[in-house]
Amino acid sequence: MEIAWAEFTPAASFAGGAMIGLAALFLMLLNGRVMGMSGILSGLLVKRPDWPWRLAFVIGVIVGPFIFMAVTGAPIERQTVMSGPLVYVAAFLVGLGTAVGSGCTSGHGICGLSRLSLRSFAAVMAFMVSAVITVALVRFLG
Amino acid sequence: MLMMITALGAGAIFGAGLALAGMLNPAKVVGFLDIFGMWDPSLGLVMAGGILVNATGHYFVMKRNRPVFDASFDLPSSNNIDRPLLVGSAIFGIGWGLAGYCPGPVVASLLLQPADMLPFLVTLLAGAFVGRWLRS
Repeated sequence: MEIAWAEFTPAASFAGGAMIGLAALFLMLLNGRVMGMSGILSGLLVKRPDWPWRLAFVIGVIVGPFIFMAVTGAPIERQTVMSGPLVYVAAFLVGLGTAVGSGCTSGHGICGLSRLSLRSFAAVMAFMVSAVITVALVRFLG
Repeated sequence: MLMMITALGAGAIFGAGLALAGMLNPAKVVGFLDIFGMWDPSLGLVMAGGILVNATGHYFVMKRNRPVFDASFDLPSSNNIDRPLLVGSAIFGIGWGLAGYCPGPVVASLLLQPADMLPFLVTLLAGAFVGRWLRS
C-alpha cells in the first residue's frame, strides 16, 4: 500500500463528513427520520403518504452542491472512472443491492454506525470488503 | 409543511457536505477503495467526521420522547444480520467499486452533469425497484 498524499484532503473531507453527520442529526431531531439516501429514494417508488418530505430532501440534496459552489466560489472536481454500458451495470447493482440490503453508505454507514447498530456494522463490512475487492479486481484485470 | 422545510434543509446540508468532502468525485471514491494501489484515505475522515457529529448528537436526541415536528422517532426495528442484508450490501459494494457512486452522490450530482447522471439515477431506481420486488 502506498498513500496518495497529493490527493489526500483531510481537513475538507473531515469538515464535509461533519456536515453530513449534522444533516443526519437534524433529520432525526426534527423529523425523527433516518437519513438514508437509498431508503428515502426507493420510498418514492411506492405509493406512500410520506413522499412530500422525501421529495423535499431529494431536492435539497440536488441543490446542496450549488450552495457549496456559491459560498466557496470553488468548482466541484469530478473525474469519472468508467464509461460505456458497464456504468449502467454499476448503477443497477447500486440500486438493487441497497434495496435488498436495506441501506447504503449514509443509512448504514453514517446513521447505523452512530446508533451502534450491529446490523449496520455488518452491512458496512460487507459493502466495504466487496467494494475493495471490486476495485482490486478492476485494477488487476484492467 | 414544516417537515418538508426541515427535510429540504437537511438535504441541502447533506449535498453541500458531500461536495466539500470530495464524495462527488468518483475517482476520489475509488482512490479510497484502492487500498492495494495508491490509497487516498480522505473518505475515512468523511466517515469519522460524520459519525463523530451524528453519534454525539444522537445520544442527546434520544433523551427526548419524540422529534420536534413529529409524534415519534422512526428507527429501524430489525437487529437481524440475515442473508439479504449481507448479500444486498455485497452487491451494492460491487456497483460502488465499479463506478465510484453510492446513492447520495448520484442524487447530488444530478444537475452537475445531467446528461450522464439522469440515466444513471433512472437505472439505479430500476435496480431498487427490482430489489424491493425480490424482498416482498
